[in-house]
Amino acid sequence: MIRFDKVSKVYPRSTRAALDDVTLDIERGEFVFVVGPSGSGKSTLLRLVLREELPTDGTVLVAGQNLSQMSARQVPRLRREMGAVFQDFRLLPGKTVHQNVAFALQVIGKPGHVIRQLVPETLEMVGLGGMGGRLPHELSGGEQQRVAIARAVVNKPSILLCDEPTGNLDPKISLEIVHLLGRINRTGTTVVMATHDDEIVNDLRKRVIQLDEGAMVRDERDARYEPMAPLSTDAAHRPAGAGGATKQKPGAAPAVARKGKA
Amino acid sequence: MRSRFILGEVGTGLRRNLSMAASVVLVTMVSIFLLGLGLLAQRQADTMKGYWYDRIQVTIFLCNAVAVQPNCQGQPATDAQKQTIKAQLQAMPEVENVYYESEQQAYDRFKQQMSGSQVLDNLKVGDIPSSYRVQLKDPTKFAVVTSQFDGAPGVASVQDQEKVLKPLFTVINVVTWVAVVLAAAMVVCASLLMGTTIRQAAVTRRREIAIMRLVGASSMTIRMPFIIEMLIVSVLGVFLAGVALWTLLHFVFDGKLSQMSGAWIGTGDLWVLAPWMVLGAAALATVTSVVALRRYLRI
Repeated sequence: MIRFDKVSKVYPRSTRAALDDVTLDIERGEFVFVVGPSGSGKSTLLRLVLREELPTDGTVLVAGQNLSQMSARQVPRLRREMGAVFQDFRLLPGKTVHQNVAFALQVIGKPGHVIRQLVPETLEMVGLGGMGGRLPHELSGGEQQRVAIARAVVNKPSILLCDEPTGNLDPKISLEIVHLLGRINRTGTTVVMATHDDEIVNDLRKRVIQLDEGAMVRDERDARYEPMAPLSTDAAHRPAGAGGATKQKPGAAPAVARKGKA
Repeated sequence: MRSRFILGEVGTGLRRNLSMAASVVLVTMVSIFLLGLGLLAQRQADTMKGYWYDRIQVTIFLCNAVAVQPNCQGQPATDAQKQTIKAQLQAMPEVENVYYESEQQAYDRFKQQMSGSQVLDNLKVGDIPSSYRVQLKDPTKFAVVTSQFDGAPGVASVQDQEKVLKPLFTVINVVTWVAVVLAAAMVVCASLLMGTTIRQAAVTRRREIAIMRLVGASSMTIRMPFIIEMLIVSVLGVFLAGVALWTLLHFVFDGKLSQMSGAWIGTGDLWVLAPWMVLGAAALATVTSVVALRRYLRI
């Protein structure tokens, strides 16, 4: 489904590779965690799959298509096969929950009757049945992320990409969200989730791809994630703008200590 | 569904940015008004040329007893001279028609044209000499006649009526150029303002655009609302410019000037220009939008 062959990515105006010679293969229907500290290349990996960026070296294949050789015209079709969820939800503040989800279908020209059927169905599936009329600011963070997930999967994509989807949520809600992603995965959707939350990874026991400073250091099935302890080098090597931003878990002082971040 | 969605986006976009939309309307209006003015002035010149060239004549005044021109030597033209001139004129391929106007006829015509004027009191038959009025096939070729008969025996003077009209055409040409140059400057302003407006709208809607790209909306769907917005405001500007031009034509040209003579443009000329003005503004809006969006809405 997703294949990286010796992929490297160096951002313009950066000397260090955000992704360094990564080769991996993700099968249809898999659930994969991409783990690693901030700046290790998790987001870059997802952006390459989305074709937000093109690799500097190597080839990225998604559903058999080489993304470097794809014309700009074909990109929208590729993205319709993918859903994406982010740490900051990215909901449209002026639109209701229903409108936010419907938006994803409207802009690709789905007919009205399809939208009227799919949107409530999807909202029900993510556990927001009956909340279609609410505005995003009236919802909790967990509920907002469910709306974002509903928007990502409403068009029934074959791949769901999640970039730190639990980064802004507390541990209990985070687990609920990840279990929802697990349910979506069981319907046949390939899920790739970037995270540095070891609790979640250890709870689900899925395939884990670990990145460190752009290089793939581990690819293991049913694996656990133990963030390498005192990461004094982490902050020193973090490039500006590459990879995920600095994450803060709300009200979780122990979590900060555990991740070795100051 | 998509067209309704796009129209909804257009409505939201215009409401959100009403003042910018209004400024684009006004700038488009002024530029199209000036452009229209230039084009109408040109049509006015053409109408006038057509009107006058139908009537324009070269007049060969013949010598009479009171002629002061040295060529006449104080002698009236003899019948033989008149016959020679007439024969020569009729032999020229450029000449359409030749009329002879006697002194009496000239006096009558002048009296009729100037009826009620005091000039008539002092005018006698013979003050206006007899003449050949020459109608040309191509009115611009008057120089051929002028050069051949100027100074011929029995000819007092050769007069070409285009000379009388020349200053008028010069004024119209100046008006045309000034209007077109101003219009060109305003068109540049309009397109810059459209570009700025569209970029600002794109920034305002960057969240929506980011989501659209993410879920795989085609670049057409993303761009269409912006392009349609610009089309609406620019066509509105053209409409207002049209109203201004119509008012000008209706009250000044149709109302006042056409009572004086028939050589004036009217509101009818505006209907000929209107489709071109609409097309021009629409093309400007579309091209500007596409160029302005190219950098901002890359897939």
